[in-house]
This record gives sequence, C-alpha cells and structure tokens, in this order.
Amino acid sequence: MSSFTEKIKKVDPRDAKLGMAHFYVAFIGLFIGGMAGLLQTLVRSGQYTLPAGIGYYQLLTLHGVVLALVMTTYFIMGFQLVAVSRTAGTLSNKQRTTAWIGFWLMTIGTVMAAVMILLNEASVLYTFYAPLQAHALFYVGLTLVIAGSWLGSAAIIMAYVAWRKQNPGQPSPLLTFMALVNTLMWVVATIGVASTVLFQLLPWSLGIVERVDVAVSRTLFWYFGHPLVYFWLLPAYMAWYVVVPKIIGGKIFSDSLARLSFILFLLFSIPVGFHHQLMEPGIDAAWKFLQVVLTFLVIIPSLMTAFSLFATFETFGRSKGATGLFGWLKELPWGDARFLIPFIGMLSFIPGGAGGIINASNQMNQVVHNTIWVTGHFHLTVATAVILTFFGISYWLIPHLTGRTLTKAMNKLAILQGVLWAIGMTFMSGAMHAAGLLGAPRRSAFSEYGGAAQAAEWIPYQIAQAVGGSILFIAIILVLYIFINLAFFAPKGEEEFPVGEAANLAEKAPMVLENWKLWLGIVVLLIAFAYTIPFIDLIENAPIGSKGYKLW
Amino acid sequence: MHIHKFEKIWLIFGVATLLVFLSVIGVSAFYLGNQPPSCLATINPEKVDTTAPFDKPGLNKVEGKEWDYELVFVASAFNYTPGEVEVPLGAKVKVIATTKDVVHGFNAAGTNINMMLEPGYISELVTTFDKAGEFLIVCNEYCGAGHHLMSSMIKVVE
Amino acid sequence: MAQPGLDKRTQTKVEDQSSLKGTLASVFLLGFFLIITWVGVFLLFVNRF
Ligand SMILES: [Cu+2]
Repeated sequence: MSSFTEKIKKVDPRDAKLGMAHFYVAFIGLFIGGMAGLLQTLVRSGQYTLPAGIGYYQLLTLHGVVLALVMTTYFIMGFQLVAVSRTAGTLSNKQRTTAWIGFWLMTIGTVMAAVMILLNEASVLYTFYAPLQAHALFYVGLTLVIAGSWLGSAAIIMAYVAWRKQNPGQPSPLLTFMALVNTLMWVVATIGVASTVLFQLLPWSLGIVERVDVAVSRTLFWYFGHPLVYFWLLPAYMAWYVVVPKIIGGKIFSDSLARLSFILFLLFSIPVGFHHQLMEPGIDAAWKFLQVVLTFLVIIPSLMTAFSLFATFETFGRSKGATGLFGWLKELPWGDARFLIPFIGMLSFIPGGAGGIINASNQMNQVVHNTIWVTGHFHLTVATAVILTFFGISYWLIPHLTGRTLTKAMNKLAILQGVLWAIGMTFMSGAMHAAGLLGAPRRSAFSEYGGAAQAAEWIPYQIAQAVGGSILFIAIILVLYIFINLAFFAPKGEEEFPVGEAANLAEKAPMVLENWKLWLGIVVLLIAFAYTIPFIDLIENAPIGSKGYKLW
Repeated sequence: MHIHKFEKIWLIFGVATLLVFLSVIGVSAFYLGNQPPSCLATINPEKVDTTAPFDKPGLNKVEGKEWDYELVFVASAFNYTPGEVEVPLGAKVKVIATTKDVVHGFNAAGTNINMMLEPGYISELVTTFDKAGEFLIVCNEYCGAGHHLMSSMIKVVE
Repeated sequence: MAQPGLDKRTQTKVEDQSSLKGTLASVFLLGFFLIITWVGVFLLFVNRF
C-alpha cells in the first residue's frame, strides 16, 4: 500500500467523494446554464421566440445564477478541497465533515434560489439590484449558498493550519498556499454580499422594513463582485502555475514569484469595487479614481503570471533542443487536452485582460458601460479563460478521483471541444465587443427599438452571437459527454494528479509570504482606506430609501 | 527572491504603461473635466414630477451658466420623458436625469452619454452635441419585463 | 561534413537553454496588444461627445 502511494500520489477516496459531489452539481449547473445561454442568443437574434410561459429575463437570471454563482463556486470548492488533500495530506474527519455540511447547505440554498427563479418569483438577474424585489426565499437561498461556502472555506483553513503545525518553519505546499489565499479572499469578500442580503434585502423582502438604501446595497454587492471574478480566476492560475508545467514535463518557473503574485491578488482584488460603479451618481469622482488606481495595481500580478507561463514553456522547449525566438512553441504537447484546453484559456485571457483594463479606465468606461461589450468581456475571462481551464482540470481530475483514465478517444473529443469553444467564443464574444462599441445594451431581449437605425445595425452582430452560442452549446454537450464517461464509464486505471516542481528547488519561499496577520492586516487597511469615507458619505447623504418593485 | 533580468524589464515596461494610462485618464478627468458622471445630488424619487428641473422635462434654454441648455429626462418603467427631443448642433448641454422607480440605464448609443439612474439620485453630464444625427437612448440596466422596450431619441439638428 | 554541423547544434542548444528571449518577445507582443486596444478605445472616447 505504501509503495503504491509512493508511486502515484492519490487523493484519499473519502476526499475524492467530497470533491465529486461538488463536481456533479457543477456539471448539472453547466448543462442548465448553458441551455439557458443558448436560448438567450437565439432570442436575441430575433429569429426565435421562447415557448409560452418562459420569460427572457427569467432565463437570463437562471443563466447568471447557475453559471456565475453556482457552477463556479461548486467547481472551485471541489477543486480546492481535493488540491489541499493532495498536497497537504488527507483531510481530517472534522475537516471533511465541515466541508460536507457546507456542501449540503450550499445545495439546499441553490435549490431554493432555483425554485424561486423557475416560479418566476426572482427574475432579478444574478446581481439582484434593489429596488427590484425577489421573493424572500431567493435571498434565503443565496444566504445559504454563502454560508455553505464559508464552511467549505473553514475546512481548507483548518487543513492549512494543521499542516503548518505539523511542519513548523516550512513554507506550505504551493497548491495549498494558493487555495488558502483564494479562500481568505473569498471570506473577506463575501462579507459584503452577505451584509446586503442579510441586513438589507431579506428584512425588506419579508416586509420587516419598508425601504432599502439602493446605493449602499450596490456598493456592498460590488465590494464582493470584483473579488468574485478573482475567486474564479485564481483556481485557473493555480492550474496554470502548478499543474500545466507538470503536464508538459517542465518546471514551475519560480515558486516564490507565484506565491508573491497570489499575495498581490489577495491585497488588491477587494478595494476596487467602484470600478463597477463608475457611472453611478452617488459616489464622488475622486474616490472612484482612487479605486481605479488600486484596480491598476491588481493588473501587475497578471503581468507577472504572463511572464512566468511563457518562461515555463520556453525553458521546457529549449530543454528539448528548440532554437530560435519561438522554436520552443513546437515542443509543447499540443495533442494533450490537459495542456491544450487550459492553453486556449490562457490565450483568451489576453484580449480578456485588455478589455478589463479598458473597462476599469475611469471615464473610458462611458464608452462601454452596460453595453454588450461587457458581456463579451467576461465571456472571454470567466467563460473562456477560467472555464476552459476548469474543463482541462476535469479531464484528469475526474478520472483521478473515480479511479479511471482519460482514454485516447476521450482526449481527442476533449481537443475537439476546446477548438469548438474557441471558434464559438470568437464569434460570440467578438460580435458582442463590436456591437457594444456601437452602443448595443447588455441584458436585453430582442428589440428593434421602434425601428431606430442604430438598433438595426446591431442585429447582424446578434445573429453572429447566436451562431457562436450554438457552437458553444455543442461544445458543452461534448464536455458533459466526456464528464459522464470519466465519472462512470472510462476504463479503470490510474490517472495522475499533476503537481509541478519548481525549477530551482534550492530557493525556499520566504516565510514572510505565510504571515497572515501581516497580509490580512494590509487587506483590512486597504479596504478601510478605499471604502470608509465614501461609504460614510453614502449613508450620511442618503436619499429616502426605495420600496420594492416586482416589474416582471 | 530571485527575479530574472527579462522579467524586471517586462515589469518595468508594464508598470510604466499602466502609469501612462492612469496619467492620461487622470489629466483628462481632473483637468479637462471629463469626470465620469458623479453628481452626488439627491431627490425624493416619489416627488420627481413636482421637483425642479424634472417638472419640465425636455430641452430648456438657460442663461448665465457654463452650458446653453439643460436637457432633462425622467425615467420610469418602461419609458423616458421626453420620448424624443431635438437638440441644435453644437449646443453645449447639461443632461440631467433621474428615475421615479427602479434603477435604469441611460445611454445615448454611439456617444459618451452613459450613466446609471438610481432612485433618489440625480445623474448629470455636460457635453457638446457636435455631431448631427439621430442618437438612440436605451435603458442599459435591467429594470423589468419591458426593459428592452425602454428608449428615447435625441435628434441633433442644424 | 556532418560532424562540425552537429557540434554547432549542440553548442547552440547549450547556449539557448537558459535563454528567455522568446518569453521577452512574447510578453512585449502582449504589452503592445494591450496598448493598441486601450489607445483604440481612448480615441473613441475622445472623438465621441
Ligand atoms: Cu429601464
């Protein structure tokens, strides 16, 4: 048994079961949300109307909640739990039980929210901006999802603390360190959304209070909303930094720099929510600009990441004898879906990041704010860079956890899936970016706007979006087919959980990077600096609050 | 912590680029007056129709201000008042808008006139209408079942 | 004939192993892409009213 574990480090079956539970929900969510997305693009092409009874905005709420909130959170929780189990050792019974309770809380909450959406009691989109008022059970459901995720987070924190106790003076395993950083960021960030849901929206929807402060609620939401996108991104970065080097047979460019970039994400992901509120009337322009500056700081760790990844690829290629400026590209294992799918994700993050810098550029946001450009943007970041990486992870992680293998046939299908995704997204996101620059709004059903000439210009782009959306849906069907194969039908065997080694093992990561009092202290200071005064301003100068509206 | 020479070059270049971006938008915002709409003024959303200037929606000539006209819009689910308005080409205009109910968007397609309308707040933006043509105003923040039908039209005429 | 050629290749290989010039070129291409797109939208902002 021990020689067996030496040979291939396996996640303990009990932790594997915990991870798989998360993945089942995530992939069911992918199917439902993907289906909703397909129907939306078809409606918006103007060529298709929804069967009686289903509202466009009901569908849009479902798409956003199920994919942006549920699918991502489940996948990330599952992945981080098994990554910690793999690198810091099997979870203790207490840790595992905590995570299971978290899983069930999240699941009860998800079902509650989903039922309210299906009953058309909560067509408020996944951002649920007041004073549109959903059914109280929708908010209860969201609260349970957050509370559940806190228990999963607690399990990861406990596992980290236990490892550090057993290994005093040692830097924690890189994947565990990264999972911890993302977990800490999540806990600090979700305080904002939990506050608005619990203290504002829930009492208001129950009729305990009559009015809600809209600007405060939005500010609390976006305090959470931006770190949310980094919560999605960091697990992809975990795979890019640690897993992909091992898959290609190379080394992690620098363990310490990888940790440093994660610390920078922890510090600068949160005090930046105003860059989603640049067009709002209630926030002073100077405070907006301050948060724009902080937003630009969070670009730096991504610049570091880009260098590290290219360097990993080049070093590997040159070790195989590649010459010339770009000869190393040829040495990369293009036929391996575990590499190719995340690699397409990395590429998509280049235009994704470029769009993000534009969005965050203060007054330049007027060009694109709430146009469908924004939808195009985050379908490159979260719905390509992140999701393709999650698919790439699944192609080895699911068989690893179920004791099966990724066969050659499935690998081929996975590559086809990735290529289809790239093509579909180029159509859909490209058309969204272009139409957005012309002024086409996001989150809107098909409309000719009374025959306006400008609105007519948008329609060809909307048809291109439907073409892209259809290709993407075919890719989703392939993903689900592969997932079911890997979970239930693939041949029994051992699939590796690849964990890379640093190129320079002699270089020990500085222990200051594990000083959480220091980093969390700075996090709190930065948040206080960026938010205290404008938040007090919002409350002190608040207009009369809003009663609830149900306008769908 | 060892940092490769090329990575230093890249990070210096990257950070310098970001600083240039920030300087350009900072100067444009703080010295040339291109701040994103941040009016800060509040209003009782239930009394919009009787509160100036929203008691007179539409284009109003003003005297003694930095701008020649005030263009006043009132939004409510699912329409804008006025539903159509003509603006003389070259006019310097302060666009003033608010909402009577939920959050709405206010975007004149193909222009920088893009702001959130939130209940209780007044949104403002000063601009010079220096291009003739028809500019469709769309609600670009979800406001309910008729969100995609919510629009107005600015005609910039000579 | 073949012998010196082979030598040369091994030499280049050793020399190239520590080189990150492709990485530097790649990140700078990325940087230029960021600049071009940003400037593009900035010009749109400047030209619109
Ligand atoms: Cu509206």
